[in-house]
Amino acid sequence: MKRELPLLMTALIGLFMILSFFIPHPWVSVPADFLQSTAIVLVAFGYVLGGANVLRINLDAVYRRSPDWLFKLLLVVALLVTVIVGVIDGARNHGGFLNQGTNSKWLYDEIYSPMASTLFALLAFYIASAAFRAFRIRTVEAGLLAVAAVIVMLGRVPIGDRFTAFLPEPLHLGTMQQWIMDVPQNAAKRAILIGAALGVMATGLRVILGIERSYLGGED
Amino acid sequence: MTWLERLDRRWIFLVMGLLVLGPLLKPLYLPLTVTKHVLNFRDAIDRVPNGSTILMSCDYDPGSIPEMVPMTRTAMRHLLSKNCKVVITVLWPAGPGLVDSVTRRVAAEFPGKRYGVDWINLGYKAGNEAVMVVMGQGIANAFPRDYTGAETRSFPIMHNVRDYTSFPLLVNISAGYPGTKEWVQQVQARFHLPMVSGCTAVSAPEYYPYLQSGQLLGLLGGMAGAAEYEKSRGEQGTATKGMDAQSLGHVFVALCIVLGNLARRARPGEEPR
Amino acid sequence: MTPHLTMDFGTWVAAFLTLCAFSFLYRDNPFYKLAEHLFVGVSAGYYIVLNYWTVIWPNLLQPLGKALHGQGVDATRTGMFAAELGDYRGWLLLPGVLGLLLFTRLFGKIGWLSRWPLAVIIGVYAGIKTTGFAQGDFVAQVQASLQPLLLPSPWLTFSAIVFLVGLVTSLLFFFFSREHKGALAVASRTGMYFLMIGFGAGYGFTVMSRISLLIGRFQFLLENWLGLR
Repeated sequence: MKRELPLLMTALIGLFMILSFFIPHPWVSVPADFLQSTAIVLVAFGYVLGGANVLRINLDAVYRRSPDWLFKLLLVVALLVTVIVGVIDGARNHGGFLNQGTNSKWLYDEIYSPMASTLFALLAFYIASAAFRAFRIRTVEAGLLAVAAVIVMLGRVPIGDRFTAFLPEPLHLGTMQQWIMDVPQNAAKRAILIGAALGVMATGLRVILGIERSYLGGED
Repeated sequence: MTWLERLDRRWIFLVMGLLVLGPLLKPLYLPLTVTKHVLNFRDAIDRVPNGSTILMSCDYDPGSIPEMVPMTRTAMRHLLSKNCKVVITVLWPAGPGLVDSVTRRVAAEFPGKRYGVDWINLGYKAGNEAVMVVMGQGIANAFPRDYTGAETRSFPIMHNVRDYTSFPLLVNISAGYPGTKEWVQQVQARFHLPMVSGCTAVSAPEYYPYLQSGQLLGLLGGMAGAAEYEKSRGEQGTATKGMDAQSLGHVFVALCIVLGNLARRARPGEEPR
Repeated sequence: MTPHLTMDFGTWVAAFLTLCAFSFLYRDNPFYKLAEHLFVGVSAGYYIVLNYWTVIWPNLLQPLGKALHGQGVDATRTGMFAAELGDYRGWLLLPGVLGLLLFTRLFGKIGWLSRWPLAVIIGVYAGIKTTGFAQGDFVAQVQASLQPLLLPSPWLTFSAIVFLVGLVTSLLFFFFSREHKGALAVASRTGMYFLMIGFGAGYGFTVMSRISLLIGRFQFLLENWLGLR
């Protein structure tokens, strides 16, 4: 029953959701809407669980004095401060804890936002370094990839047309880039899209029919 | 070529940093050409009757500010200048605070526009595609409270908004999942809501099939797309200012590909560290 | 350009953290670790508070609270379980209980109870995604592929033929029910070339995306922090 009941639930709910796509009658659409609303709430609980798990793992690391435990203590303190401040701000503002002027908004604007942006910005340096060290052109296919990449990279920015301004318009990097994106790239991406759609449909049916059970986890 | 092979990657980092910093301090003013997909994006909004209520879903977070924020600003200005009412939603958890700051600043440029009457930020909702489908039965069902915590149904702008049939257009500014692809699959395909998309450059290539099929009426791809949109609207925002730096950065990466392969030609059998 | 350093404390904190993160490019160091752990802590706390105030409170607890008094969205109807579309009242006890059951994952012996809410999530999303991909991607894309090949201009006709050849050969590349021999091998190889062009174009756009993120941070440091406008 520990595995069978969830499998049965998945099957019934999944089939019902597919049915609701085709049948607009309230006997189907209202329960389907309720299930979707339930899923929204459950996903939110899932995020809270994830945050709680981060707290649990790092508290454990601090307790065991694992390497960098002082930084993990900072992490735990930051987490708890953010939660406490957020709860207070939310209670004071009828749920609008990120309203202008709240402490939560300050934490978001001055700590979360700049760090999130900067960590992604580091990728610009690594992509240049990877282009130099790891981009090997040893086959025809790799050469095609490289040529397409260079044409698109240069053609998509103003400097590309500057380099080829002396050539006729069809040979401008911008024009070539546009044709590559609209024709061969588009064809390849559409093929991938159709293939992926078939794959997702097959996987969805496998999950609904209980053939794919990896989401259940453990043994019992 | 062996010194090139042994080059410490931190030198590459330094050159990249300087090439990007330089044009930001001393602009090159390279001319920008507006491409057809950007013009289609602009024209799709232009075709919307003045005074309509538009759904604008801003699905991004601080990790994509330079690409997404200029698009959001220009699109919202475009809509407000047509006296359109804008209903904003956010499906990325780290997005609502950023989107609120951006949209508030744009709305403040229009002194006659009032929150709750001319525009509203419904805030964030977890659930990705499930939220999109629930909105199809009722926008306020999915978002019973707005970003500020007030009851959604109490605002004048929401009195004539029921579900997707209340909007002639969806403007989606998205950085990945959930985003344009999910809106196309769950909303455009199911509820036939016309839509345009502004997306990160990483995701743009995979949306070209949607353009060709007509599922998307227009597409802004990355910072270049944002800069072209700004130019088409006669603006000079942060995207336009960043295009010179973008140009030099691209040239440098192209050079890295060429030099990296030339460096290895001297020793074809050896793997670099 | 003369710098006008900001007097805003928050901007100084943001600039300090930005520079701490950039310091990783030289090598891993305590400043980077400080910024990273602070970010992860704030991030995790933010996600907890966000999902409580934006979903659990307005979509679950508040309507449940009203339902206990027999009220809901529609003021003309009374009753704790008098539900209709979008107004589920007392029935919201179900997602509430299932949501709490998710936390049983943290307790080994009763962890199996968390499979029930997972089953609901998986069932809902499997159904939504199957129909979404079927309608939005598969049907619509195949339909859009059926385009006329003979067009007003020779260049457009050529492009349409190239597109069709690219699409069919790329699809054949992924067809593994038969060994790639003879005509299928030629078609598959052609498809691979189109796919490589597609990946190259994708790489070019990825480079644009990453560099623009760096431009954004530099713009913040130059304009917001140093005041160089």
